[in-house]
Amino acid sequence: MARAASKTSAARSRSTKKGAAGAAVQAPKPPKPEDFDKEQELHAYREMLLIRRFEEKAGQLYGMGLIGGFCHLYIGQEAVVVGMQMSMKDGDQVITGYRDHGHMLATGMEARGVMAELTGRRNGYSKGKGGSMHMFSKEKKFYGGHGIVGAQVPLGTGLAFANRYRGDDSVSITYFGDGAANQGQVYESFNMASLWKLPVVYIIENNRYAMGTAVARSSAETDFSHRGLSFKIPGIQVDGMDVRAVKAAGDLAVDWCRSGKGPIILEMQTYRYRGHSMSDPAKYRSKDEVQKMRSDHDPIEQVKQRLMANKWADEDELKAIDKEVREIVGDSAEFAQTDPEPDVSELYTDILL
Amino acid sequence: MPTEILMPALSPTMEEGNLSKWIKKEGDAVAPGDVIAEIETDKATMEVEAVDEGTLGKILISEGTEGVKVNTPIAVLLADGESEADLDKAASKQAAEETKVADDSATKAEPEEKSGGSVPAAPEVKIAADPDIPEGTEMVSTTVREALRDAMAEEMRRDGDVFVMGEEVAEYQGAYKVTQGLLQEFGDKRVVDTPITEHGFAGVGVGAAFAGLKPIVEFMTFNFAMQAIDQIVNSAAKTLYMAGGQMGAPIVFRGPNGAAARVAAQHSQCYAAWYGHIPGLKVVMPYTAADAKGLLKAAIRDPNPVIFLENEILYGQSFDVPKMDDFVLPIGKARIHKEGRDATIVSFGIGMTYAVKAAEELAGEGIDVEVIDLRTIRPMDLDTVIASVKKTNRLVTVEEGFPQSSVGAHIASQVMQRAFDYLDAPVITVAGKDVPMPYAANLEKLALPNVAEVVEAVKAVSYRS
Repeated sequence: MARAASKTSAARSRSTKKGAAGAAVQAPKPPKPEDFDKEQELHAYREMLLIRRFEEKAGQLYGMGLIGGFCHLYIGQEAVVVGMQMSMKDGDQVITGYRDHGHMLATGMEARGVMAELTGRRNGYSKGKGGSMHMFSKEKKFYGGHGIVGAQVPLGTGLAFANRYRGDDSVSITYFGDGAANQGQVYESFNMASLWKLPVVYIIENNRYAMGTAVARSSAETDFSHRGLSFKIPGIQVDGMDVRAVKAAGDLAVDWCRSGKGPIILEMQTYRYRGHSMSDPAKYRSKDEVQKMRSDHDPIEQVKQRLMANKWADEDELKAIDKEVREIVGDSAEFAQTDPEPDVSELYTDILL
Repeated sequence: MPTEILMPALSPTMEEGNLSKWIKKEGDAVAPGDVIAEIETDKATMEVEAVDEGTLGKILISEGTEGVKVNTPIAVLLADGESEADLDKAASKQAAEETKVADDSATKAEPEEKSGGSVPAAPEVKIAADPDIPEGTEMVSTTVREALRDAMAEEMRRDGDVFVMGEEVAEYQGAYKVTQGLLQEFGDKRVVDTPITEHGFAGVGVGAAFAGLKPIVEFMTFNFAMQAIDQIVNSAAKTLYMAGGQMGAPIVFRGPNGAAARVAAQHSQCYAAWYGHIPGLKVVMPYTAADAKGLLKAAIRDPNPVIFLENEILYGQSFDVPKMDDFVLPIGKARIHKEGRDATIVSFGIGMTYAVKAAEELAGEGIDVEVIDLRTIRPMDLDTVIASVKKTNRLVTVEEGFPQSSVGAHIASQVMQRAFDYLDAPVITVAGKDVPMPYAANLEKLALPNVAEVVEAVKAVSYRS
């Protein structure tokens, strides 16, 4: 079984050298992505496909007027959450912003409950009172689902504070985007997390556009793995389209945190295929750019090609997975349309305990 | 069965659009994610992607059609193994879908009609009375500062999940010495000095509370909490609701609020009305040391986010505090500070200092004033206020905050709605002046309410001026 070369390994090693020279941060060596075994490949394929099909269906329901307000789809970025989830263990927490459906499915939250929340129904995860951007599952350690850009970063840091306070070895996986990375509260959090050696992995999902503003137009330092250097937080750039690279970096990062070394940043270089939200025509980038990412770097297609090349699955087997995933998604959509809206009495519940 | 492709809504407000272009033609194979058409909305031209795999069997709406309503079938997609002969099956499905949509809207509309489209009544908040203080209980003269410290220390002894964080709370012993001695007793794990980073540490506190800890976040003053107000309002106050009751933030935000002395505009503002505006928060603003202690203990035990507004000038004032093992007061209950029958003054926090002195002066002039200390701004004990107004028929509110949308303005509006017939005079709301706090000593004095204003207001509502 040959080791697959990562397309961004050169970028990663370069950035690490700079990081080591620029500050007294003993940055960990960027990990080489390990090949997955058959079981891991099949798992990653199914999980990523579930997110993609779910999001496509959500887009369709939005188009039918069944989902209201804002709806931010995760299509293209699936490898990030699926790879990270493969590095986590029970007790680790996840928190993110408003592009959150993929994170929820990755943590094992039920497609039905997520879709029913999108349609604002009573069996949605928040009883229909939160919607696309505000969903939680205490059981799955998913702490939201936050609509204010960057607000989840101090919150995720607080989850890590609680882990250290209790003396358990759980890690807070705190996701935010390249846009949120310019919010002041992110750096306030970095400072405290490093000062107090909090077990938090900051995942910067760099999908290249903060809504419609390209990274180079909004960020003086576009290498987000360097964003922690002033706080002595090491960072690694990761090919976020390769689920194996994500898992390898995730393994390193959670070990880093669990061994008491404090926070670490992973910049996931990824791409969203759809607009910022459903109402974004995405005219700020060329069709060629999107098409090139889709055809050359698609995270699901990469796994599919490896599964077939290794003869671990043939077309029929992959179709069977696709069918199973479609059934879950179809069932969730059906459920989300037939589940009743919340009872009017719910207007005044859950305000105070 | 063939699948219909419907005219999509592509923004929260779109009802119709123009089908400007078909990218795929009849007979073309499509896969999920393929762009099949372009649609023009009022804001932009958007691409429509296929969700299902299949062959574009028939185009129902030709390109160039304008004003196509959302959810109109625009094409039919044939699945693997289906042919043109199957196209009509989609039509019957369409009819079924339409019925379903119609049914759906009927069920949606029904509950509204049943209740006449009206909003259900807000639930009544039932709050227990203050605990009895057993006869013979020793009363200890205590400063507000010590009472607050004692409350925190007792709760920290009682519950290992309670900790204090904030600027200068540990080694410096508190910027205003409220946390004096806590570091020595509880150590630096539970008494945490933070960097000067209000937005950040407020969020860290809320995150720790999400995880089940019970943080006490001290702001050096609430003026600085404006930097953190997003985390307080959007993260702490709203999460329980947004999570459908699954999780919330058991957290206390406390610190001095309002004007101190000669610290001018940016350091002299009362936030009672600001936080009192927000559902999902409890807001406490005590006056006496006993209330400060009993209510802070309650706030720390409360599973909800509590804003605890203290006052720098009151920190050094002494009051009797009952010497009891566990003196906890109910949040949301006003206290009748002094009974009276001629007029009611409602105040809270440092506003009480004006109210109490005014009542003493007025007693000398034969006006017997009832003074109510609200203690809690949210949930507000309007029942106690209204019961008093029904007795005295006259009401004056006193606070240091700005006059517009003030706590007094809210009380006046509620009393007007619930006890209009009992009022013998319009309610007067005494508040700080509608100006940023000036620095100059004489101007500062003018900007704050004073005893004479309160006396005058009570006389005015009593037609005695």
